[in-house]
Amino acid sequence: MILIITASIIGVVLLFASFLLKQTSSLLHLVTVLFAAMFGVAIWEALQPTAILTQSFYLDAIRVDRFTNQFNVLITCCLFLYILLMKKHIAAVGKYKAEYFALIAFIMVGIFMLSSFNSLLVMFLGIEIVSIPQYILAGSDKENLKSTEASLKYFLMGAFSTGFLLMGITLLYGATGNFMVSEFNFLQATSINPLALGGVLLLIVAFGFKVSAAPMHLWTPDVYDGTPTPFTAFMATLVKVAAFVGFMRLFQTSFTAISSSWSLVLSVVIALTLFVGNITAVFQQSVKRMLAYSSIAQAGFMLFAIISLNAIGRQGMLVYTVAYSVASICFFAILIKMKDYTYDGFNGLAKKQPFIAALATIYMLSLAGIPLTGGFMAKYYMLKAVLFEGTYMWLAIFALLMAAVSVFYYFKVIIAMYFKEGEAAMVDAFTKEEKLYLTIGAIMLLIVGVFPTLITGSI
Amino acid sequence: MILITLLALPFVAALLSFILPKQAKTLALLSSAVAVLITLYLSMHIAEGAIAVSQAWLPDLGIQFALHADGLSCSLSLLTALVSFLVFLNLNNKEVPKEASFYSLLLFAQTGLMGVFLASDAMLFYFFWELALIPIYFLSSIWGGENRIKVTFKFFIYTFIGSLMMLAGLIYLGLQTPGADAFSYHALVAVGNSLSNTQQISLFVLFFLAFAIKMPIFPFHTWQPDAYDEAPTSVTIFLSALMVKMGLYAVLRWLMPLLPEGIAYWSNTVIILSIIGIIYASIIALQQTNIKRFIAYSSIAHMGLMCAAAFVQNDLALHGVKIQMFMHGINIAGMWLVVSIIENRYHTKDMNALGGIASTMPKLAIAFVIISFANIALPLTNGFVGEFMLFAGIFSSANPNHVLYMVLAGLGVILGAAYTLRMLQKVVFGTTKSSQAVKDLSINEWGVLAIVLSLIIALGVYAKPLLTLTSF
Repeated sequence: MILIITASIIGVVLLFASFLLKQTSSLLHLVTVLFAAMFGVAIWEALQPTAILTQSFYLDAIRVDRFTNQFNVLITCCLFLYILLMKKHIAAVGKYKAEYFALIAFIMVGIFMLSSFNSLLVMFLGIEIVSIPQYILAGSDKENLKSTEASLKYFLMGAFSTGFLLMGITLLYGATGNFMVSEFNFLQATSINPLALGGVLLLIVAFGFKVSAAPMHLWTPDVYDGTPTPFTAFMATLVKVAAFVGFMRLFQTSFTAISSSWSLVLSVVIALTLFVGNITAVFQQSVKRMLAYSSIAQAGFMLFAIISLNAIGRQGMLVYTVAYSVASICFFAILIKMKDYTYDGFNGLAKKQPFIAALATIYMLSLAGIPLTGGFMAKYYMLKAVLFEGTYMWLAIFALLMAAVSVFYYFKVIIAMYFKEGEAAMVDAFTKEEKLYLTIGAIMLLIVGVFPTLITGSI
Repeated sequence: MILITLLALPFVAALLSFILPKQAKTLALLSSAVAVLITLYLSMHIAEGAIAVSQAWLPDLGIQFALHADGLSCSLSLLTALVSFLVFLNLNNKEVPKEASFYSLLLFAQTGLMGVFLASDAMLFYFFWELALIPIYFLSSIWGGENRIKVTFKFFIYTFIGSLMMLAGLIYLGLQTPGADAFSYHALVAVGNSLSNTQQISLFVLFFLAFAIKMPIFPFHTWQPDAYDEAPTSVTIFLSALMVKMGLYAVLRWLMPLLPEGIAYWSNTVIILSIIGIIYASIIALQQTNIKRFIAYSSIAHMGLMCAAAFVQNDLALHGVKIQMFMHGINIAGMWLVVSIIENRYHTKDMNALGGIASTMPKLAIAFVIISFANIALPLTNGFVGEFMLFAGIFSSANPNHVLYMVLAGLGVILGAAYTLRMLQKVVFGTTKSSQAVKDLSINEWGVLAIVLSLIIALGVYAKPLLTLTSF
């Protein structure tokens, strides 16, 4: 709860910071300190003796439980890494430097609401607080038509999905007379109210938009491609993961009893997402677009946490948060330095920058899910969660086949870096500081790969 | 402790070669020599009882760091150490640019292989199974031939799909045994046996796909000739002498005890596929002019025979498989060493362009003929011991079709003699086609081949130590 307040204050402070701090470097120092403070508060809150209990705030509209705390620590940790790696690039996007950071802080407020809501209204508020600043961030490169296009597309599709979300909430309220997700007590699928069922399906569609699950994914590649790269890195990782946590929180607390009425729909969505994401990613020429499709493909795996409805899925979500976010953010930090965003732009990187190439290899191996990296453990938990239910063997095998397909496009980067000759032209060199953060990211992935229980704890 | 040393040795050497790139060869040689000594020591003392280590790793997930060495593990670890040693000894620094990375990747692969043969926790086994693959992928893609990137990628994707299927099976099995050590060998065997007939039959498919691709069994073999052809010879030796054994080892170690009913249901299918593979590969080998592809196909035929014997479910045949895995490892490594020497001298893989080695390089010719004879399992060579046991085992098995299988598989031996002798005729005898002057074996090469030859003869004449070792 204090975290939500902290993040809001940080947002407001940053909004006014540009009046006081004229120099970019002092602004960046302030940004680092503030986001470090956010991380610190998240840790502090998780270390409170009461953190293992479920606490409720605001007439039970917000419930902070153990999972919330764990997730908040991890997401602020990833955010801090993101800020450290990207702050220079964020400041270089446009004129209104401080605002970008302020918007990111506001998005974090929404993310913390998504990880702790108990009322559908707070959930709605959280989703909107996450979404609206993103429309601005997507269009922040005002001189660039592609950025403006991305912003408009994102806004239209976002508004559209908000309609679904509201309608879903309305139907659920009509069926139950309640906004509190913990108090929906659907007893069994047979007696389900058609209104409620409609509400649940509309919510699947709305969340499907937010997490870019097929067939609601069509906005993703264009938006991710057009958005300035530092913000793509943010949208594709932390925001997406947060949307998943909201999705999972809602479905695991409220709709477990009636799972048989929606799980078939969701399993089809998952299969489609995995298929579309992976197969389309193979044919991309631009690495940035490939990452957009790979984020769809990874979303397929993350959806396992929602369909599986068990604690293993919740743990998997935490592992996925770190493994996917860290690998993607770090790889974006490398991509942003490249002159050419196509695969050919990476040709010969291993000769020119052996250390960076080695790190990029670790990120790619992790995204591809090779053992002893975080990405493997993330997939492992998800598969375990879905197999635990017993009825989804076909889905697991399909997902694994698609994971093999994913090797195609992730390894293309490795092939370009190591086995092809080329210049690998860079916009500017990596500073020592950046190399250090990138190394920390790689070490995090390896640690999560070997000891995933460090972050899952015992929920 | 001794088992952990076996894993740590190549791993530490690999890391050190990054720090001391000039000493990479020394490090690799030293570490693999020590590994040979350790595995020999283990092999001599294994009769006193199997050695096991287990450490808690991820108790929440039921995964532990557990190693276990019995006779089979020991013999294959010995083979791994021995073959690595030979490869490192044979490697000439001038052959490979950036040799430090080459050595360290080979050492990483060696770590993975050792781990596969020693792991007694199924997830640990899976980790090592993948760990062995990654360095091989990089080795072949960086140092291989012209089409290396495409071919190696095909190989990687093939084996990776297989491994993922195995992963699905493993998770499924692990979920049946909640508890601290869900993936330990004994827990898995217990749960595997308790599964219903249909469950075992479908799980078998998941596991066997991984192992069949690795071995490779017809029709999953198409990655293999390309990969052998394009990879640098040192890597090919790793692939053909060691990595394909992983598949067979996994069948013996994990699949058979785990899913007995699955084995019973599928055994005839697997045997038929293996026999098709034997005959098919032999016929192709008979037509090959590329000497590397020739060896690749002959290797498919040999692996097919071993796989068929493994699935007839007969003690003698099983013992034969264990023996033959070791013997085939030695022989095929010898074949590749000879081919690499020929390729270095003549710069061609085309059999038609070679010839008359007997007159230009008599020492090499002698070695080549002996190794080839071992490959077609002539008596008094090591190949004979294993192959005899395989056939005797297939013949005396309880399988109703055993005579038919035996006859068809026997056809493979006849074809094997035919294609090997044809190859010898073309390459070793006949007239010299190339006019360039070539030197016979250097001391280094002679030393490497002498080790192989003495093993071939020694184990051919007196195979008892290996027979006893693998019976534990």
